[in-house]
Amino acid sequence: MRPENQRLADLLREDQDTILRGWTAEYHSYTGGRGLSQNIEAEQRAILKALETGLTADADTSNFDTSAWTALRDTLARLSSARAAQGETADVTSGFVLALKRPLFDGLHRHRDDVDGQIAVVWAASSIVDRMAQWTVSTYQKTREDIIVRQQHELLELSTPVIKLWDGVLAVPVIGTLDSSRAQIVMETLLERLVNTGSALAIIDITGVPTVDTLVAQHLMKTVTAIRLMGAESIISGIRPQIAQTIVHLGIDLQGIITKSTLADALATAMRMTGHIVTRAS
Amino acid sequence: MERIPILRMGKNLLVTIQIDMQDQTALTLQEDIASSIEQNGAHGVLIDVSALEMVDSFIGRMLVSISDISRILGATTVVVGIRPAVAITLVELGLSLGGVKTALNVERGMQMLDAAARGA
Amino acid sequence: MAIPAMATELADTGSAPLKDERDIVHARAIVRTLTIRLKFSLVEQTKMITAASELARNAVVYGGGGEMRWETLAEGIRKGLRLHFEDKGPGIPDVEQALTDGWTTGSGLGMGLSGSKRLVNEFAISTKVGEGTCVSITRWK
Repeated sequence: MRPENQRLADLLREDQDTILRGWTAEYHSYTGGRGLSQNIEAEQRAILKALETGLTADADTSNFDTSAWTALRDTLARLSSARAAQGETADVTSGFVLALKRPLFDGLHRHRDDVDGQIAVVWAASSIVDRMAQWTVSTYQKTREDIIVRQQHELLELSTPVIKLWDGVLAVPVIGTLDSSRAQIVMETLLERLVNTGSALAIIDITGVPTVDTLVAQHLMKTVTAIRLMGAESIISGIRPQIAQTIVHLGIDLQGIITKSTLADALATAMRMTGHIVTRAS
Repeated sequence: MERIPILRMGKNLLVTIQIDMQDQTALTLQEDIASSIEQNGAHGVLIDVSALEMVDSFIGRMLVSISDISRILGATTVVVGIRPAVAITLVELGLSLGGVKTALNVERGMQMLDAAARGA
Repeated sequence: MAIPAMATELADTGSAPLKDERDIVHARAIVRTLTIRLKFSLVEQTKMITAASELARNAVVYGGGGEMRWETLAEGIRKGLRLHFEDKGPGIPDVEQALTDGWTTGSGLGMGLSGSKRLVNEFAISTKVGEGTCVSITRWK
């Protein structure tokens, strides 16, 4: 076994409590009270144990990808995911790991060896803690990104509900700007619901869409074409006078799509198209 | 090479495509449908593609051809069951299958064929 | 299921011949398996399989045969699939024209090219008259 690994493993085994105290002190002095207050001792012991496992398996402290470090990587990944989910900053999370350096160096200083041996073991300690911190940060970031993606999706879904207006008539009130990802979700959700409900008609209401340019018009056309391909019909409602003017100015060809200025008109048309007659009771 | 079966239902032909077709299979289907219309004096052709996970330009053009050929032979064609993902992809591809009648499902498709037969 | 899944284990990178139309069907099955493995959404799967079908057909019908190569990509946490369709056929004299006019004249080659371009995130084509063509498409999850 590499002498540096041996010395570090011995240190972790013999001086664990001292190291833990030094680690905690260093961590608190770094974060200055920031960071979530929680019992970090369990985490610290788990990390030291996994670190010791890797060292006694004589793992290379300059290569964190080997299988001997798997237990340590997993422990750190669990830690950073939990921290990320709780809203801890990346800075404090990595600072927690880096704070291990100080007590390790102090421990190595207490049991010092010859100069060359000392340099080698201090370097090994620094190497491994650096890699641990890097790994912690990247798994932290992945967790944050996953959370963001999931929230984005939920937001998109929330803002495009598909409503059943009547037997065979669905409506989608689009609120806000209609960009490609939004248009994609509207299209997919609407088409899926058309099939599931066996509806013949979809009303896409764009009252809540502030601007309609060629791009938005393209998205709408694609949706209408897809609906037509599947064998259903669509009506676009909520077209404000300014939007109608923009459409004409831009020379957008609506290719025979039925358009109405209000949802009410669209519903009336939809009822007629699906063979319904609506009369007042008295 | 597999051959897609064509079922007869009264004056209508029913074709259900359930396999990922080779190009030749699609071409043969076109010919088979044309012969079948002629042999049976069929008024309507219903093509069920609800099992197809993908419709590319080749299959798309096949559907348009079948629709055109049937029309010339005096029959109406309805394609039913295009999946949402397939519809979205076809639109992106730029294939709108102009001239091909489509319906959401077999039931609707049959209604369309009946209506066309009555109107004709 | 219309497109069968692969019976044998599929590696993350590999190649498959595109000699006749059976190979076009095979290519679709390969791409389907890969996109499912990469957890592409249903629409993303369909787009990629359709694009592959178009380009595989081009290689077989216009390119005199060739091969499809694939590689799964990972950029940090982003996963993707890159496909290369290569043939040693006649090449395309005017790519710009094929990409735009090819569509309107309804010629199969142009349709496959411009259509596939819209279905993917990255599209690259290198072609030389008399030497062949290679089209690379990429879709990111």
